[in-house]
Amino acid sequence: MQDNVILSFEDLDIRFTLRGQVLNAIRGISLDVYRGESLAIVGESGSGKSVLTKSAMGLLDANGSIAGGHIWYDDKDLAAFKTEKEWLTIRGREIAMVMQDPMTSLNPLKTVGAQILEAVQLHQGLRGPEAKAAAVQALADVGIPDPQARYKQYPHEFSGGMRQRVVIAIAMACRPKILICDEPTTALDVTIQAQILDLIRTLQKKLDLTTIYITHDLGVVANVADRIAVMYAGDIVEVGSCDEVFYDPRHPYTWALLSSLPQLGVKGEDLYSIQGTPPNLFYEVKGDAFAPRNPKALKIDFVKRPPYFDVSPTHKARTWLLDPRAPKVEPPEHVYKLRERGGVGYV
Amino acid sequence: MSETREKLLEVQNLSVTFGSRRHPFKAVDGVSFDVYKGETFGLVGESGSGKTTIGRAIIRVNPVSGGVIKYAGEIISGKVSRATDKRVIRNIQMVFQDPMASLNERAKVDYIVSEGLYSIHRHMPEAERKERVAQALRDVGLLPEFASRFPHEFSGGQRQRIGIARALIMEPQFIVADEPISALDVSIRAQVLNLMSRLQKERGLAYLFIAHDLSVVRFISDRIGVIYRGQLMELAGSEQLFAHPLHPYTKALLSAIPMPDPVRERNKKLIVYDPDQHGYTPADPPRWEELEPGHFVRGSQRELDAYRKILL
Repeated sequence: MQDNVILSFEDLDIRFTLRGQVLNAIRGISLDVYRGESLAIVGESGSGKSVLTKSAMGLLDANGSIAGGHIWYDDKDLAAFKTEKEWLTIRGREIAMVMQDPMTSLNPLKTVGAQILEAVQLHQGLRGPEAKAAAVQALADVGIPDPQARYKQYPHEFSGGMRQRVVIAIAMACRPKILICDEPTTALDVTIQAQILDLIRTLQKKLDLTTIYITHDLGVVANVADRIAVMYAGDIVEVGSCDEVFYDPRHPYTWALLSSLPQLGVKGEDLYSIQGTPPNLFYEVKGDAFAPRNPKALKIDFVKRPPYFDVSPTHKARTWLLDPRAPKVEPPEHVYKLRERGGVGYV
Repeated sequence: MSETREKLLEVQNLSVTFGSRRHPFKAVDGVSFDVYKGETFGLVGESGSGKTTIGRAIIRVNPVSGGVIKYAGEIISGKVSRATDKRVIRNIQMVFQDPMASLNERAKVDYIVSEGLYSIHRHMPEAERKERVAQALRDVGLLPEFASRFPHEFSGGQRQRIGIARALIMEPQFIVADEPISALDVSIRAQVLNLMSRLQKERGLAYLFIAHDLSVVRFISDRIGVIYRGQLMELAGSEQLFAHPLHPYTKALLSAIPMPDPVRERNKKLIVYDPDQHGYTPADPPRWEELEPGHFVRGSQRELDAYRKILL
């Protein structure tokens, strides 16, 4: 493992058993997460983006298991972890998570203070008044006004945005190295969303955190990400820096995703929409998983799974279009538009 | 220009109050707007602003505590005759936010789509009803065979289409769409938006499109009303609103739109709205005024004068 890599997925396979059938949720993913960066994992629901990050915290459902590959963290292979005791050395302490919905991730029967206190006592080893002071400080750190009084209140007395701040405070009270944010702002209003993203960014700078965002909102991604991994049907089809993926996307799925955004649409014209449905992962996927929905798919796309082709040292995509022998296929018009509009000065 | 178009829905000084008499809570406070035939009117605001309550007041789910709602010139709020009630039910339909929650899990699509027919056309022959269901499903791009399936067999986008088919079968002129795409994936949002605009073109439907995401509303709406804590702050044609936002809350909303464009996002400056920043006094209370044709803003005399200067 390179020195600047903090978490590394290597050839990871994850399977779920459902009613006797086997579902291949993650199909051979390799991905490095660099120290201090913020990485965004983008994909539709069911693409496996949550499963991938949950596997690094030992939070897979009981019917799911790692069927192959490794997850490296600090020279430890998390994929080989068996017992809950082993996971407790990682979960919360090293890698913490902020879930999507602050309504369901807080305990409605306990005061907010008690819930933060629990994390402080468990992970910072503080007791008594010291622990309480740390918990109040944690509330103050995430920008909750009047933390002394708020400490004694219950979650229902908080607004959605404030609740999400509490969830972040609990996650941060464990002093993790990596913070995974699973759709952190989907349940929030746009104005609040911007504030929460700002908060996470400030914390990241202050505490030298590595953050992994899981989201399908490309607006959020453009705001927060240093690097982007695009997931489709349990595989990463394209990885690159934020600018590379937005202004110079190479995989047809990334093209389709960008083209279908209402923000880039022209009024009175139809938006581009992706035809068909994602493949059924109960069956083995042949070739490029996106090929059946790609009107410009090549013949080989249906036969052989493409390898990664490097576009730049930081940018690679899994598509035969990048093979030197492939015919030249132009990205759709919308992708050019985005490049012209925002990517001034970007080559 | 707006005088020549036919008003389909008029909301005049609408108020909706919840809670007990001793602790009333005004969810909607003196809201007025019109929706013209065949247009899309977008209603934007944060959660708790009262946008959904307005939609529900229009379909007669939430009782109105003040003001009137007129549909095609006829008052439909408060106590109305049975015939009017029926007409409202048939002509105004609703599409809900979450297609996972708004379809009856234990009913087949056939029943879900035709439930409205059962209550309005009680004696419709079975063959005709079947045909209407099949047609409604085809209209939203689903196969008529799907009628015999259950909702859990469908994806999110398909479920939302079923929700739209259920509204269409009543042959409405006006559809209240409450956050119809917020619960959907990006790739499916485009499908549903395309479907809605196609149906509008074909049938001259009018939409009240309720959402919190201004960027989506801009794409689909002809005119947009911005609502904050139960009161309209600004109302204008959508391009007008984006080109010349006047009210500070509109500006705050616009500044917060997440754009799928990294360079823009990096240079983004957030504007935070503080409702106390106006400094309204009893001598100069806020009013709702039309500053240029079709562009309404709420503000005190001092503010309105300042806004007029910007528009000049």
